[in-house]
Amino acid sequence: MAEVAASSRQRSKIAPYLMVLPALVYLGVFFVVPFFTLARTSLSETSGSVFLPTLTFAWDFGNYTQAFSEYREPILRSFGYAFVATVLCLLMAFPLAYVIAFKAGRYKNLILGLVILPFFVTFLIRTLAWKTILADEGWVVSALGTVGLLPEEGRLLSTSWAVIGGLTYNWIIFMILPLYVSLEKIDPRLLEASKDLYSSATRSFRKVILPLAMPGVLAGSMLVFIPSVGDFINADYLGSTQTTMIGNVIQKQFLVVKDYPAAAALSLVLMLIILGGVLLYTRALGTEDLV
Amino acid sequence: MTTQAGAAVATAAAQPPHPKKVRARRNWGDGVLRLVAGLVLLFLFLPIFVIILFSFNKPLGKFNYAWQGFTFENWADPFKYPALTDALLLSLNVAAVSTAIALVLGTLVAIALVRQRWRGHRAVDTFLILPLTAPEVVIGAALLTLFLDFGWAAGYTTILIAHIAFEVSFIAMTVRARVRGFDWTLEDASLDLGAGPARTFFRVTLPLIVPGIVAAAMLSFALSLDDFIITYFVSGSTVTYPLYVNAAVKAAVPPQINVLATAILGVSLLLLAVGTLWRRKRFEG
Repeated sequence: MAEVAASSRQRSKIAPYLMVLPALVYLGVFFVVPFFTLARTSLSETSGSVFLPTLTFAWDFGNYTQAFSEYREPILRSFGYAFVATVLCLLMAFPLAYVIAFKAGRYKNLILGLVILPFFVTFLIRTLAWKTILADEGWVVSALGTVGLLPEEGRLLSTSWAVIGGLTYNWIIFMILPLYVSLEKIDPRLLEASKDLYSSATRSFRKVILPLAMPGVLAGSMLVFIPSVGDFINADYLGSTQTTMIGNVIQKQFLVVKDYPAAAALSLVLMLIILGGVLLYTRALGTEDLV
Repeated sequence: MTTQAGAAVATAAAQPPHPKKVRARRNWGDGVLRLVAGLVLLFLFLPIFVIILFSFNKPLGKFNYAWQGFTFENWADPFKYPALTDALLLSLNVAAVSTAIALVLGTLVAIALVRQRWRGHRAVDTFLILPLTAPEVVIGAALLTLFLDFGWAAGYTTILIAHIAFEVSFIAMTVRARVRGFDWTLEDASLDLGAGPARTFFRVTLPLIVPGIVAAAMLSFALSLDDFIITYFVSGSTVTYPLYVNAAVKAAVPPQINVLATAILGVSLLLLAVGTLWRRKRFEG
């Protein structure tokens, strides 16, 4: 009997390693190694024809300085757009998540289902629909024109606001869900207690709800900010040449111009900035709130 | 705390009552909150209404962007464009095959992470989150440089490889979230009662985690079907459903795109409803 127990314990000691091994090998080859080839590409020199360039590794850091000086504007714009989109997502998602968590009663699951439903339609087609909604001759533009709220360009499509709106729309779900999860965990008795103790509604919000919802706010912000900063579809469909983001540059340099080193340098910089943020986050809060 | 609360109650009793005013104010705030939430929900659905409406549009030119007139023609002929149908079928194929493979890899990781603590499990945990937090454009670009380096031609296989790579983490995380808090000593009980490890896995472990696996598989399938950015980098001349849509934006957008999108939405809704009813029946009946 003792022998059996010992052998079973031994098995379970190596079992987890055997279980994670296939996935780790797979991600090693197709997630980690690609970053090495990306890094190598970013330090390479191009020679040969424009159509079929040859890359030679050369520790060429010039690609980085070139990428920064040439694409300073799209880089700054991407972070700016992503920041505004994240704030908008937060402002819009909070009331909805709050109502679902505290006020929806027996309609809670129904509303949650409704929130998820639009995301069963392909991302591209949803973005395309915004092109119709924001069109110059559409009712949104004419309504905003009537109340005098149109941006100075006199239209919505092809402006920064259209791109930011698209980013907000496409990733707000990643804000709503983590917010809902953290709000849902709040014991409603805490709110009653704060009310009983004569805290005003705003004060309860600031002192009770907000601190407890913070994990959701941070997880949601990260999950919205990251895809927004790297996106190129919204800028492509809803924007103009004045709204180019890093994603557009990377995409164009890789797939159209085929200037691999500069594009690789840009991708790697973007990745490192985000990786820094993510690691800080997981250090502080772990990975549990993210999924 | 209690004495403070007691003091508060005492002060409250001494306060001149304004119940009506407070109540009216609170209702007003509540109403505003609900209104805002409703507007946000409307914002989420606005494009969906447009997509459904425009599947009945009779566009004049090549682009289905402006409303011209109502017709059932598009619905009568949803597969009018073979390239669109082929792209959709290819996407379904990629989603099914990649999900099946990623499901095996991801589920094993999830079980290993939840069942016990082992040296390095935190590192694996953090590592797994990275593919989910890397911007898609960077993952796509990095994979492209890898395939260029290997000299692999971009196509079906490279799309499959890329999709599995981002699905594994999603599946591992989703399954992990669903099976956290299970009673893993049931496995020991099964082993103690003489069942072998294989039998224990299929008769005890698997039934416990199946709901989590189903949820993860659905999510992974949907992600694969919807993926554009990563696929765009590694597809070569192979055209998936989102890639077809993107090419259409540059050339011609037929209303059949809206018809198929609406149909997919309808089928998902149906599956969701059936799933919910089945679960309710299973747990209540």
